[in-house]
Amino acid sequence: MKNLLAALFVLFAFAAAAAPAPETLSDPALETRARALQKELRCMVCQGESIDESNAQLAADLRALIRERIKAGDSDEQIKAFLVSRYGDFILMKPPFDSSTYALWLTPFAVLILAAGVAIWVVVRAARAPQSEA
Amino acid sequence: MTGEFGQLALCLALALSLMLAGSGLSGARAPAALARRVASASALGMLVFVALAFSALAYASIVSDFSILNVAQNSSTMKPLIYKITGVWGNHEGSMLLWVLVLSIYTAMIVFARRANERMTSAALGVQGLLAAAFLLFILLTSNPFTRLDPMPFEGAGLNPLLQDIGLAVHPPILYSGYVGLSASFAFAAAALITRTRDWVAAARPFMLAAWIALTLGIALGSWWAYYELGWGGFWFWDPVENASLMPWLIATALLHSALATERTGAFRAWTLLLAIAGFSLSLIGTFLVRSGVLSSVHSFASDPTRGLYILGLIFGAIGSALALFAWRAPSLEEGAAFAPVSRETTLLLNNVFLAAATATVFIGTLYPLALDAMTGTKISVGPPYFAITFAPIAMALLLLVPFGPRLGWKRADWRAALRTLAPAAGMAAVASIAILAFTTPRTLAGAAAFAMAGWLLAASIIDLLGRKLHTAGTIASALAHAGLAVTLIGIAGTTLWRSEALEVLAPGETMYVGGYALRLDGVVGDSGPNYQAARANIAVLRDGKVIAFMHPEKRFFPAEGQETVETAIRTTIINDLYVALGDHRDAAHWIVRAYVNPLAPFIWLGALVMALGGLAALWSRVRRTQTAPDLIAAPAE
Repeated sequence: MKNLLAALFVLFAFAAAAAPAPETLSDPALETRARALQKELRCMVCQGESIDESNAQLAADLRALIRERIKAGDSDEQIKAFLVSRYGDFILMKPPFDSSTYALWLTPFAVLILAAGVAIWVVVRAARAPQSEA
Repeated sequence: MTGEFGQLALCLALALSLMLAGSGLSGARAPAALARRVASASALGMLVFVALAFSALAYASIVSDFSILNVAQNSSTMKPLIYKITGVWGNHEGSMLLWVLVLSIYTAMIVFARRANERMTSAALGVQGLLAAAFLLFILLTSNPFTRLDPMPFEGAGLNPLLQDIGLAVHPPILYSGYVGLSASFAFAAAALITRTRDWVAAARPFMLAAWIALTLGIALGSWWAYYELGWGGFWFWDPVENASLMPWLIATALLHSALATERTGAFRAWTLLLAIAGFSLSLIGTFLVRSGVLSSVHSFASDPTRGLYILGLIFGAIGSALALFAWRAPSLEEGAAFAPVSRETTLLLNNVFLAAATATVFIGTLYPLALDAMTGTKISVGPPYFAITFAPIAMALLLLVPFGPRLGWKRADWRAALRTLAPAAGMAAVASIAILAFTTPRTLAGAAAFAMAGWLLAASIIDLLGRKLHTAGTIASALAHAGLAVTLIGIAGTTLWRSEALEVLAPGETMYVGGYALRLDGVVGDSGPNYQAARANIAVLRDGKVIAFMHPEKRFFPAEGQETVETAIRTTIINDLYVALGDHRDAAHWIVRAYVNPLAPFIWLGALVMALGGLAALWSRVRRTQTAPDLIAAPAE
């Protein structure tokens, strides 16, 4: 009985969830472009995954959409702009560099420079400090 | 009955934690020997009752006592025994109980550790008591695992099938041992400030090492799980939950290095205290991120903010009071040790500069989208490309400097001598990068750089091990930990730069090709496990026309939970992983099959193991030394 259930499951359960065909573009250069684009776009219903690495239906739809656009001759930038106009900046894995994200992009390097400055100050002070017993 | 028993145990544990806080802190005064004995007894009593509460919940889960809401929501009779046990911490309430259990274990370890300074140890126990009380109160007020359910259902809702996996089952206890282990460093730092103790690092160091080892293993285990379970061959997603564990690890690493200098020469005394506070603060912030629901959406957090606000209050209370204490007392402990610009102190300082910047990067990358959404409603994603631009260069700069530290002396060092001993390592780096450029396709500069760096680190570690007649445990520990970094770097570079992948729709009998292998789908059959049904593919792996292996990736369906999981099949030769995942069913005869060849992938986690071994070497020598030489309070640095 269990095996029968399992067999039925194999036959029917996935059919309902079947994703559209994983269209791989026949031109390898275009396919490489599509793959690179996929890695830069977020699967918006997942946690932190790009559409390149998601099982979600939305990701599969977007993968197909990207390939249609590439076949239609759109550039990477045009495709991204189209998706941003539809879904917002949220879809970009790499956030834009604009007034809302200056702090995001610059903080790491600001902290690094600040910390390096403090370190130099500490080293200079330590070098001048009276040498106590070793 | 079990529920009431657990509830009672939790209440008694809360009472004991309050007693521990009171007696421990008053034991910080010189004559209060009685208070110190009470503190030790309360700490052990607290462990007993927290363990009893935890056992009660585990028992309820094992016997499927669905009159307890938590068990009904997260377990089912169909679940295998092992996942009934590990499922105890696979949900919010149970995982908070595990958190307090680990905290109680560390507190008991402080009781049993050798005491160089009774007053400081007592104050540290008191701080642990305060933390335990705060978390026990959190459990009892907002996250009670023993809440009753009436009427009692016949069957439970089951556990998320993704969590029904041995890797993820043991991940939380190990990771919590790291998160919570940092509480001991935090408690000792606070105790040092309370009792104005300068030499606190020796007492705290075993706990720092234990926490760091556990964090290293916990993060590696989480990454390995993501690799084999999610089915896309990725091992690190820069997901906020992952970042929440990476930040305490980065700070703990900085703390271990800074504490070396503080213990040995008294340098960076205040900074080391601050790192000890920061490490546990980031553990708390990580707990808040994961447990408050703020990550899935700022708005879902706002709709039921009780838990989040409580943890937020706890964070502000703990961090705020620790920082206030620090600002008040730390200046009087700093002594301004002298060292020359070329010295081990300087390299440790640079280590801390880069690790602090790296932590700040992960911190802002994780929290900025949340803050921006909360303040302006603008949603952005901060994904791998951001961290590749910001985190990666900072990390590479740090790695470049790593070999200098162990071969420069304290106070004043000879940089020419250090460079001479590093000449073979530089040669090794050059050979490695040339070999990569000559023999690999696609030819990438990033690959050459990564392998040059790995060669540099590995060779330096080997020189460290071979070059000295007398090995201190410290040399072995640092050589292993640094070599582990190289091994992990090799794995990351290999997998991300030279992966081959293929995605095909196959009918039985058809073949696909990936990275020199041919994969023939022989068929897909139905199968069933204890609480799931599966579609199991039979795939023959061919190389040069000969069948060398069979692989069986699966898709599983869990009826109790109504969810599907992917079980990948991985065939590893250590040098590379052949990784196959079964995708969706297209029609009666066709299946989507994804296959990857991930060169050097196992090195990612092997490296973490080697790092942890380095930590163990340091921990072992420290524990052994304090046992054989009980009078050695200020032990020489490793």
